[in-house]
Formats: sequence, structure tokens, C-alpha cells
Amino acid sequence: MSETELDPDVTIDSRGATCPGPLMDLIGKVKEADPGTVIELQTSDSGSKGDVPEWLDEAGHDLLETVEHDDYWSMYVEIN
Amino acid sequence: MTEHIVVVGGGTGGTVLANRLAEKLGPEIERGDARVTLVSDDPDHVYKPTFLYVPFGKKTVEDAKRPLADLVDRAVDIEIDRVTGIDTDGKRLSLRDGGSMAYDQLALALGAQLVPEELPGLAEGGHHFYGPDGADALRDEMAEFTEGHLVLSVIGTPHMCPAAPVEFVLMADAWFRERGLREDVEITYTYPIQRAHAIQNVADWASEAFEERNINVETFFNADEVDPEEGVLHSMEGTELDYDLLVGIPPHAGSDLVTEAGLGDDGWADVDKHTLESEHAEDVYVLGDLADVPTSKAGSVAHYEAGAVADRIASRTRGQTPTATYDGKTVCFIESGMDEATFVDFEYGTQPTVREPSKPVHWAKLGYNESYWLTARGLL
Repeated sequence: MSETELDPDVTIDSRGATCPGPLMDLIGKVKEADPGTVIELQTSDSGSKGDVPEWLDEAGHDLLETVEHDDYWSMYVEIN
Repeated sequence: MTEHIVVVGGGTGGTVLANRLAEKLGPEIERGDARVTLVSDDPDHVYKPTFLYVPFGKKTVEDAKRPLADLVDRAVDIEIDRVTGIDTDGKRLSLRDGGSMAYDQLALALGAQLVPEELPGLAEGGHHFYGPDGADALRDEMAEFTEGHLVLSVIGTPHMCPAAPVEFVLMADAWFRERGLREDVEITYTYPIQRAHAIQNVADWASEAFEERNINVETFFNADEVDPEEGVLHSMEGTELDYDLLVGIPPHAGSDLVTEAGLGDDGWADVDKHTLESEHAEDVYVLGDLADVPTSKAGSVAHYEAGAVADRIASRTRGQTPTATYDGKTVCFIESGMDEATFVDFEYGTQPTVREPSKPVHWAKLGYNESYWLTARGLL
């Protein structure tokens, strides 16, 4: 299991959800979040690795890191 | 001991389930070994897909409803009341009008709620066809709308009937053409993710149909504010769309009852996607839109889920081990104009094939809409 030193303000557990569930869960939280907030999105849908960065580019937020676990990924996002 | 099975909700899931239970447990009900109660706060059953046709003057909101009492087997007790609390430890429901009700097995089919107020300006500036009042108001707007920019925005997912927004713009395109107005009406469809629909094959098919019919598409468009004064829809991604008529698929919510009862922390109930049993309480099933399973919030899902849940409840009532499961089966008709349609069917983990739209499928859909009342009775 990989580790990270990032300490998220919010964690979204979207494991088990299929596309576009994880991305929509993230978008829902981003709507409520203040700039500077770090969100950890937990997803077991491999499609998120493409969807999420593409949306972050579009919406102007940053993907800080993606950490691979045994059966899911943690994607760390910072809100601008 | 009489096994008391309580079904909450009088939509497709609750009604089909109650009728299936009446059929499967007929002998047990007759002997007094089982009792089925359906609790709904609405004496009418509403078939929501009817609302799609209302803005085009093809159906009325009255066509969408029938009294529950006409659809539900007489072996089922109907209780018109609202559940205000669920105690899963004590196996008891609190009711607004009638004190409380004990259950041995509980099935929740409360559906999804529309929450347009979650998006600033939407209630004032937007229209929708997801409820009777909205569909009626949109019919009036559409009848008067002869030129300008019609924007349909899918504001967040999940929402009921994922195909309906695609259907609406394709039907609007055909409807304005029929009336000789299409050249004066610009149509734009927006979707929150990077394609036109959550299901890739539907997105591919819809994108091609939109291009052929000169319907604009804005993807990665998450509406975050409507300005009714200026007629502008703003997105989180920084896009602005001027509109003359805004059709916004409103944000949806589950139920506070679910959150308060500890059955799911965001209003949608956590269930095993195959057994539909609650992950947090014994003898509690959740079906239809309220259940957080990875498929569409569609009537066909509630229907097929009701079959599996009825089998499981009937087995438990007889002291047998339940084996029936729901495999994610979903069937959706998709209108692709005013006189043609296609349909998709899929299961968990599979992609549907979108067939070439045709008139026979359109007529099949209209036929199904009529025979739906047999579905609700559990006959189809």
C-alpha cells in the first residue's frame, strides 16, 4: 500500500460506485468547499483516473496526488 | 404469530412489491400467518414517465395517476399516512396521523425527491417536467415559445430516468420542426461530465443524434447559479449560457428518514446491490430510486427489484432461506423524436447496445405506457 503525507480536510468514500458516481460525488463536494480545501476522493472505478483530472483541468482545480491502494485509489484534490 | 410485512411508498417499487407479495403469500395471508400493509401518503399512484409527454401536449398530468386502491390487491391493507420515523431496533414506524406501526419485515420504496432550491435561481428561472406542476407550467411555456434559445441542463446526477433529458431535446427538435419553428429555435443540452450521458454507448448515440439535428452540446457543465433577471445559466467551470427558456433537471435527494434511521448517511440507503437488504439493519429492504445501487433510477429497476424483494420476503416468511437476487436489470425506452424511439437494456457491469430508432419501438413505448397499469398490478 502506498502512503502520502497529505492530510485531507474532507474524505469522500465513493468506493463501489461506477462512473460517473465518483466524479459526481467530487463535484458535489467541490460546490460546497472553500478555496484551499484538500479533498481525498476514494474510488475503485479505474475510469476516475481519467475523468477526474480532465474535469479538474476544466474547472481550474489541482490534482495533488493519486495514491494506489490494494483495491482502490485515493485522489487528492485542492480547491482553487 | 402473524408475520407483518410493511411496504412504505406507493410508486412503482412499492405497488409492484405489495401486489407480488399478495400473490406469493396468498395462502399465508388467507390463513392469517402473514399480513401485508402498504403505507403511502398519497392515495394516488403516479406513473412519472407520463410527464415527459405533457410539455408537448400529448398527455395530461391527470393521465399519470390512478387511485392506489384500484391497483393494489385487496389482500393488501392500504394505509394512507406518512412515515415520520423508523426505529429499526424496535422494528416500529412512527406515523404522522396514526401513532405507530410495528413490522417484522420492512421494505422502503420512498423514491427520490426534487430539490430545485439547492441551485440558486433555478426555482424562479427554470422549468422541468419531473412533476405535475412543473410539466403543466412547461407545457404552457412551450406552447408560447416560438423563437429563442431553449437550454436543457442536467443539473447534477443521480436523477430519475436518466434517458429523459436526451429524449426531451430530441422530441423538442422534432416538435418544433413539425410546427415550422425549428429555424427560429436554438437548442442546447448540457451535461455535468465529459460526455453527453453517463452510459458511454448512450452518450455516443446521443452525440451523433444531436449533431445530425443541430442540437448544441455543452459537456463538463455543472450549473451553479441561474440568473432569472438576465436569463443566464452559470456553470462551476466558468461557462455562461444565455437562455430564453430553461429546462433544468432539478437536483435530487433521497430521504431524511434514511439518514435519521442510520440507513445511509446522505439520504440514499446503503444496500447490498443483489439482495437489496440494508447494510445497517435487519429485515429492512430498500428498492427503487431510494436504494443506492449502481444502476439507473428508473421504473424498470424498481419493477425488477420488487420481484427479487418479494421472493426474498416470501421465503423468509415461510422460514426458508431466500435465494432470489437482483442482477441490475434495467430496460429503458428512449424516444428519439415525436414518432420514433429506441430502447436499451443492461445489467450490472454491462453496456447497453443502442438500436437504430424506429416507429414500431415508439408505438411499443406508447403501448407500454398504457399497459403500465398492468405492471403496477403485478400482472406484467
